Amino acid sequence: MKINTASVPLPAWLEVVVIPVLNIVLALVVAGFIMLAIGVDPIEATVIMVRGALGSDYAIGYTLYYTTNFIFTGLAVAVAFHASLFNIGGEGQAYIGGLGVTLVFLLLDRWLPAFMLIPIGIAAAALFGAAWAFIPGWLQAHRGSHVVITTIMFNFIAASLMVYLLVNVLIQPGQMSPESRQFDESAWLPFMHEFLALFGMDVTRTPLNLSLLLALVCCVGVWLYIWRTRWGYELRTAGQSEAAAVYAGIRPKTVIVSAMCVSGALAGLMAVNEIMGVHHRLIMNFTAGYGFTGIAVALMGRNHPIGIVMASLLFGVLYQGGAELAFDVPLITREMVVAVQGLIILFSGALALMLRPWVVRVWLLFRPPDTLEPAHA
Amino acid sequence: MSEGSAAIVGGASSGDAGLALQLRGITKRFGAVVANRDIDLSVRCGTIHGIVGENGAGKSTLMSILYGFYQADEGDVLIGGKLADIRSSRDAIDAGIGMVHQHFMLVDTFSVLENVMLGAEQHALLDANAADARRELQRLEDEYGLSIELDALVGELPVGEQQRTEILKALYRHAEILILDEPTGVLTPQEADQLFRVLETLRERGVTVILITHKLREIIDITDTVSVLRMGEMVAHRDTADTSMGELAELMVGRPLESVNHLRPEDLPADTVLGIDVKRLQLSDADGTVRLADVDLSVRHGEILGVAGVAGNGQSELLEVLAGIRTPSAGHFVINGRDASADDLPDPSSMRALRVHHVPEDRLKLGLIKSFSAAESSVLGYHRAVNISWHGLLQLSTIKRICRDLMERFDVRPGDPSLRSGSFSGGNQQKLILARELDKSPEVLLVGQPTRGVDIGAIELIHQKLVDMRDAGCAILLVSVELDEIMALSDRIVVMYEGRIVGEVAGRDADKTELGLMMANAHEPT
Repeated sequence: MKINTASVPLPAWLEVVVIPVLNIVLALVVAGFIMLAIGVDPIEATVIMVRGALGSDYAIGYTLYYTTNFIFTGLAVAVAFHASLFNIGGEGQAYIGGLGVTLVFLLLDRWLPAFMLIPIGIAAAALFGAAWAFIPGWLQAHRGSHVVITTIMFNFIAASLMVYLLVNVLIQPGQMSPESRQFDESAWLPFMHEFLALFGMDVTRTPLNLSLLLALVCCVGVWLYIWRTRWGYELRTAGQSEAAAVYAGIRPKTVIVSAMCVSGALAGLMAVNEIMGVHHRLIMNFTAGYGFTGIAVALMGRNHPIGIVMASLLFGVLYQGGAELAFDVPLITREMVVAVQGLIILFSGALALMLRPWVVRVWLLFRPPDTLEPAHA
Repeated sequence: MSEGSAAIVGGASSGDAGLALQLRGITKRFGAVVANRDIDLSVRCGTIHGIVGENGAGKSTLMSILYGFYQADEGDVLIGGKLADIRSSRDAIDAGIGMVHQHFMLVDTFSVLENVMLGAEQHALLDANAADARRELQRLEDEYGLSIELDALVGELPVGEQQRTEILKALYRHAEILILDEPTGVLTPQEADQLFRVLETLRERGVTVILITHKLREIIDITDTVSVLRMGEMVAHRDTADTSMGELAELMVGRPLESVNHLRPEDLPADTVLGIDVKRLQLSDADGTVRLADVDLSVRHGEILGVAGVAGNGQSELLEVLAGIRTPSAGHFVINGRDASADDLPDPSSMRALRVHHVPEDRLKLGLIKSFSAAESSVLGYHRAVNISWHGLLQLSTIKRICRDLMERFDVRPGDPSLRSGSFSGGNQQKLILARELDKSPEVLLVGQPTRGVDIGAIELIHQKLVDMRDAGCAILLVSVELDEIMALSDRIVVMYEGRIVGEVAGRDADKTELGLMMANAHEPT
C-alpha cells in the first residue's frame, strides 16, 4: 500500500518528541560506527561525553553557558524564519553587538553604577546587532538583494571591521594582544555561582552567568511577539504570503526590515553572555561559530522557543561533552567531535523528515479506529 | 476488494470486450479521509464519458489513480479488459492513457513541436526526432482535424490552441483513452465549442474520452454516458440521453435545488448615488504590457455590475486597483465618495476604513493564510482593530468568538475556529472569507470569482448573500469567468477584452452567445 504520508497529521507528541529523539538516536548510532572504526568503544565514549556534559555542577555550568549562546542565536534565526527570511548573519550581528557593549562601557563604566550599566550594555548589544541586520533587511526590502547573500557578506565585513578596530583603535596602548581594556567590575554581569551564593548555594565556578535568565526571558518574549501580538501576526502573514499581506493592508517591506532588526537584536544579545558575562573585555572572534550553530538550533527546534531551548541544551551538551571527550580520549580529536555534531545536524536538520513515513505507518497501525471516518467534504 | 459489486455499469454494455476502461472497487484513503470509496466504473470504447461531482467529491483523486500519481488502496483497474498495474504516469502512457490537465503542462518557451516531443524522444539527436515527430504530427493533425502551427511558441498561442497541443501530445503518445480535467474552465464559449468538435472527431476515430467537469451543460451537450460522484462515492451512472441537468445537479448535491432569478425586479432611480466611478483608468506592467486601457465604468449603490471576460483580460487587475493593492498608471476613480488616483491611492486598510471591502479572486494566495488557524484567517485585514489587538496584544478569545460567529452565520463546516485554514474545502474557505468581508456591512463590495471551486450547494448560499447585500444598498462589482454566474446576478454586465471594456448590456437582456462573442472580441458593434 502506498500512501501519501506527508498529508497524514500526527499527534504532537509523535511530531515533536518521538521523531526528533529517533533522529538523534540514529545520528548517535552512525557516530558509534565511526568510533568503532577508529578503535574507540562507542559506549564508553558516550558515557564520557554525557558525564562530561552533565556529570557535575561544573559540567552543567559549562553546558548551560554554551546553551545560552545557542538560545540567543537560535531565536534570532527563528524570528527571521517566520518572516520567510533566512538570516545567516547571526555571527556578524553578535560580533557587532559585542562592539556596542564595548563602546558604551569604555565610555561609561567609570561613571555609572551597575544597575544602570547593565541595562545600557544589554540595550547596546541589541541595538548594534539590530543595526547590523537592518542594512541587509533594508537592501532586501527596497533593492531586492537577497538577504542570504548580504548577511553572509556582512559576517565578513563585521569580522574585518572588528580586526581593524581591535588592532588600531580599541587596543590598549602598549599591549600586544588585540583586545580592549577590561571593563570596570560594575559593568560585569554576575556569574551564576556568585548569584547562587547569595542564596547560600555553593556551586563550582564556571562561565555561566545571569545572561541565561535573559535568554529565557527572550524565549518568552519571542513567543509572545510571534504568536500573541499584532506585529507577530503581520510578520507571519507576510512570511507566508506577500500577496495576502498586501491585501490585508500590511506593508511587506516594513515587515522585512523590522523582522531583520528583531533578529539582529537577538543575535546581538549573545554578546551579553560572552562580553558582559565572561570576558569583560572585547576580544577577537568571541562569536566562535555560535551564530552559525544557531541555524541548526532553530532548524532542530522547529523555530519555536521551546524547541530552541531543547535544541540549545542538546548542542550545549555536545559542545561541553565533546570537549571533555577530546580531552579524555586521545584517539578522539576535536575534529571528531565536530563530525558527531555534524551528524546530529544532518539527521535532525536536513534529514528531519526521513523517518516520518515509517512513523506514520506504525501510527496508522495502532491508532484508534474511530479516527478513520472521512473528513468533512 | 468487492468483486461482488463489480457489475457492469455506465450504460448498457455489450460485454467486457467493448470496454476501454473498467474500475472495480477502487478505494483510496488519505489518512483519515476516504477520497474514493468502492468506485465502480465502466467506459465503452469510442464513447465520451462524463464524470461530474462537486469539488472534493473525489474526481481528481480518481483520475490521479488512473494516471499513476496515486495508487489505489483497494480495487482493480482494467484497461481493454486486462488488469493494469499503473504505478507512474509512464505506466499510464504505456497503457494508452493520455491526460489533459486543467493547468497545462507545457513549456511556454518551446514550440508546439518541441513540447510534443518532450519526454518522447526516440533518437539521441534532436533533429532526427524533430523530423520524425513533424511527419507523425502532420498525420495526426489531418486525421483528427486538429489544426495548429507546429513551430509557434506555445506561450504565444491562445489558450484553446495550447489545450490542443496537450491533446496532440497525448495522441502522439498513442493515447486511446483521453482524460480531460475541467477543460473548458479557461476557454471562451466559442473555444469550448471548438474543443467539443475535436472531441467528437476523436470519438469517431475510436478514441475514448473521459471528461471531468462540474459544468452540467457540457455533459448534456457532448457525452454519451455520465457518472456522478458525491463525497467519494459513485452515486449514479446514466446514459446522457436519459437524464437532465436538473437530475444530475440533484445527484451531485444530494438534495433538490431550487432555481432562483436574482435580478433586481425594478430599475434603480436614475439619481442613485454611484459607489464606484472609474474614469479612464490605465495600468501597465513594469515591462510595458498594458493591463488596463482607458477603463470607464460605474456602479450604483444597490446594483451588481458583472464584469465578464476570459480570465487574464484585465479583470483581476481592475479589482486589485480598486482595492488599493495596485497603483494605476493613469486615470482616477471615485470609490464610496473618496477620490483616488495614482498619486493618491488609499491602501487596502484605508479602503476598509472607507467601507470598501474586497473578496479576492485567489483565496489561497490573498484571502487567507493556509497555515493559520481559521480564527487567525478570519481577522486578516482587520487585525489592527482595538477589540482584536488591544495595545498590540492579540485577543485570542475574542478572535475565536468572532470566527465561530462567522462560521455559524455562513454555514462554514467544520465549524471549528482552531482548524488550519488550509484544511477546509474550497467552498468553506470561500464562505469564511465572504463572511469576514460581508460582516463589516460594506458599502462597496469588490468580489472576484466568488464561487470558483465551490460546491453547488454553497453557490446558492453565496449568491443569496451577495443579493442580500445588494438589496441593502451595497454597490457590488462582480468579476467572474463563469458566464452563468454573471448572468444570474448582474443588473448590468460589462465585458472586458485585453484590458478594455468592449461592451455593456443590461442584465435582463443578456444573451449568452452575444456575451461570448464579446469576450472573444468577435462581436460586431451594432
